[in-house]
Amino acid sequence: MPTLNDILILLPEFYLVAVACLLLLLDAFMKPEQRGTLHWISIVVLLVAAYMVVAGQPDVSVTAFGGMFVRDQVSEILKVFALLCTVLVLVYARPYLQDRRQFIGEFYTLILFAVIGVMLLVSAGSLVMVYLGLELLTLSSYALVALNRDSSLSSEAAIKYFVLGALSSGMLLYGMSMVYGATGTLDLAQLHVAVTQSAMPHLLVFGLVFMLVGIAFKLGAAPFHMWIPDVYQGASTPVTTFIASTSKLAAFGMAWRLLETGLGGLSQHWQPMLAAIAVLSMAIGNLVAIVQTNLKRMLAYSTISHMGYLLVGLVSAGPEGYSAAMFYAISYALMSTVSFGVILALARAGFECEEIADLKGLNQRSPWFAALMALALFSLAGVPPLFGFYAKYLVLQAAIDAHLLWLAIVGAVFAIVGLYYYLHVVKVMYFDKPEEGGADQPQSDGSLRVVLSINALALLVLGVYWGPLLGWCRHSFGLG
Amino acid sequence: MFNHLLSLLIWLPIAGAVPVLLAGSARPNLARWLALLFMVLTFVASLFLLPQYDATQGGMQLVENHLWIASLNVHYGLAVDGISVALILLTTVVGILVVVGAWEVIQNKPHQYMAAMLALEGVMIGVFCATDALLFYVFFEAMLIPMFILIGVWGGPRRVYATLKFFIYTFFGSVFMLIALLYLYHKAGTFDLRTLAALPLTFNEQMWIFFAFLLAFAIKVPMVPVHTWLPDAHVEAPTGGSVVLAAVMLKVGTYGMLRFILPIVPDAGQHFAWLVIGLSLVAVVYIGYVALVQEDMKKLVAYSSVAHMGFVTLGIFIAFMLARQLGDVDTARLGMQGAMVQMISHGFVSGAMFTCIGVMYDRLHTRLIKDYGGVINVMPWFGFFYVLFAMANCGLPGTSGFVGEFMVVLASFKANPWIAFFAAFTLIIGAAYTLWLVKRVLWGEIRNPHVAEMKDINGRETFVLLTFAALTVALGVWPEPLIHLMDSSVTQVVQQLAIHKI
Repeated sequence: MPTLNDILILLPEFYLVAVACLLLLLDAFMKPEQRGTLHWISIVVLLVAAYMVVAGQPDVSVTAFGGMFVRDQVSEILKVFALLCTVLVLVYARPYLQDRRQFIGEFYTLILFAVIGVMLLVSAGSLVMVYLGLELLTLSSYALVALNRDSSLSSEAAIKYFVLGALSSGMLLYGMSMVYGATGTLDLAQLHVAVTQSAMPHLLVFGLVFMLVGIAFKLGAAPFHMWIPDVYQGASTPVTTFIASTSKLAAFGMAWRLLETGLGGLSQHWQPMLAAIAVLSMAIGNLVAIVQTNLKRMLAYSTISHMGYLLVGLVSAGPEGYSAAMFYAISYALMSTVSFGVILALARAGFECEEIADLKGLNQRSPWFAALMALALFSLAGVPPLFGFYAKYLVLQAAIDAHLLWLAIVGAVFAIVGLYYYLHVVKVMYFDKPEEGGADQPQSDGSLRVVLSINALALLVLGVYWGPLLGWCRHSFGLG
Repeated sequence: MFNHLLSLLIWLPIAGAVPVLLAGSARPNLARWLALLFMVLTFVASLFLLPQYDATQGGMQLVENHLWIASLNVHYGLAVDGISVALILLTTVVGILVVVGAWEVIQNKPHQYMAAMLALEGVMIGVFCATDALLFYVFFEAMLIPMFILIGVWGGPRRVYATLKFFIYTFFGSVFMLIALLYLYHKAGTFDLRTLAALPLTFNEQMWIFFAFLLAFAIKVPMVPVHTWLPDAHVEAPTGGSVVLAAVMLKVGTYGMLRFILPIVPDAGQHFAWLVIGLSLVAVVYIGYVALVQEDMKKLVAYSSVAHMGFVTLGIFIAFMLARQLGDVDTARLGMQGAMVQMISHGFVSGAMFTCIGVMYDRLHTRLIKDYGGVINVMPWFGFFYVLFAMANCGLPGTSGFVGEFMVVLASFKANPWIAFFAAFTLIIGAAYTLWLVKRVLWGEIRNPHVAEMKDINGRETFVLLTFAALTVALGVWPEPLIHLMDSSVTQVVQQLAIHKI
């Protein structure tokens, strides 16, 4: 029987489930013109949930439901940023959805359920919970991608996402079953102990490989990245923003839970495999991004490369590397909300602002948004003094500390390649002449402008004042 | 206030960029005056360095050190020695001249132009002050963004190609420097330059770190064969961008050599001194010849910049050779001092040359030498300045160009007469391309009817050129104050050379 204590530990999650159900009901009784309230309610709800997470943050890790659910600092940080990023997504999405008659209750309910999935995933204490959280997140995401019924591109993306996602979930499950077979436990903490004493190391490593495939797929790391460009391009931009930001935090959380808290004893096996995936991701992501003409596709390939950098942190297998990777995940989430936020702000009814060419001469039409986008792009490219530089710096440092100098050099080389396509977009915005029909002075509402500006300027502020966030990340992994 | 003088120097112009930007394109004059105000304020603040800095002491002074990132032991560390002080003064002077020089010339979004200049100035001062390697790296890289935009928005027809090339080239080099710095941090646990200087390193480690550093700084200087971005960047950059690029930004490369290669990897530096000296001589001789055949005035001056910066790298590494291989510390000091004087002098002379070309370009909108001829007939005042700077550029005694080159040649003679022989070539080739340039542009008949309509320089342009001229002549006639300012710091740098790490 669950005790009251169990429920208290899961209070933010229970609260969100309740609200999500309530919203679904509320939506059924709402007239279309009243939907605006739904939007504000969702934002307030998410902020309250974030407050509940922070306020109830335990100093030590606590478990509930017999170890199924872990509430520790790592999960709390990821949850807070996942909730904040979702708030950003909602703020940026509003004018876009209104213009396109997609301003419907399902969107909010699905987003909320996806966030609950994220929260369960990053707090998972057992393989079952990992799977549950992951499916809640991805099933909601499939539906979100398919939400734009009228677009054949969206439907195609959704099907691709669903088929590949189901396949990878199957892989993950298959791997989990083998690990269970080798160790006899599903609990991650017990698994950690059992791995070293397992009598069937081969089965264990076999299972590990399948689980790695699942993890790489969810992160969008090469060579399991095929769905990313299509889904990013096909999904309506608010959904893309959500997948690019919040779900990357979840994917990091999942990777860390499985690899470190569960299979930490096998690190000498998964380290080289992850390193290979990291190198492939950085190479494929950065090289293919160069030839893209569609902005969303380009950002999709850049995501793949960023996941490579995140993996460089994870490969370093140690608290330094994990905190660097978490810092990277947070920084990537905040940067991608800005880049997609600008796309959302510039889109208007009948115009998507998806092609890089649409941004031509943006500096002359709308200097402020051009500046925000340039900030995000320079940050993504890793140019100091912006946030993204420190994220890259930390993962490279972690790699060197783990005696993986070669990996750091590979990462550095591909950072130069990556610079090219980010600069290309800046070039288009600043140096090209504006074209008819391109991105214009945005008609977006005030809340979007203000929040997007804060979001983008945060990249600059966090570039100078990144100590506290880093300290928080390090502290959660037990570093001073 | 003096406790935070360096921070003030860095952040005042950067903060000034905000109101200038906010003044907006609707009030361009307000933006211009605000920009000038902040440039002048920064300059005045930089003058306080002179009484505050004790030149007889040498060493790092005016220290500011705050913990920036506690968990990684990264510091916000600033300090200056005589060399930094001289370079900071150069930066603040050039800052004012650039703003004045761009006054009416930049009509397209002047507020953004001025703001970029202010931000650039603050960041460059930051480079010259940083004593924490990570902080240095951040400033070193942050310079790229405003320069990228300066060239890309206000540049010439092929500006996009040039600015992308510029950014990617320089970023390429510095990324390897970052890896080297991370490796050093991994060994030392800190980015403090002094600790890194004391860090024992095997020769193998030194060698890799040396090449990583050399790549970063050689691209910035730029040295042959990684100099190709510079002519492109110069040709396409607006006048102000070229002036800042030549006068200050290139010095960041040689300054980095001084602060990183010399103290951190002295043994590798000494071992590979021949390489750098060889490349410097190639720059001096070969690039001099390349300059000779240029048809674009800006390209000619850009190549002559590469040749002159070759003298700086030559001076620095000849000091290595002298101090380490030959044990001649006094001459080593002479070479190093020559390099430092040459750095400052090149700042004035190349800045002035680019300003002159800008003045002509504003009137005729061409930079091809063949479009001009007989300019002196219609622009006598301008001709006066142009000849003066041309003379300084080819190292005429009595101008600043002579002092540094002379000292470096003198020092290299001690090391190896052949090096001095090739280095002295610059005096001949430099004279050839500069005088030929003057001949084709200034003298002769007016063949082009447009040239006949050119007006002589106005008060604003006179102010800029006169300032440059005064500094060039002052430094040429009486270099003593500058040498005194840097003397004890140079001595310390040369003493550091003698330290063996293995």
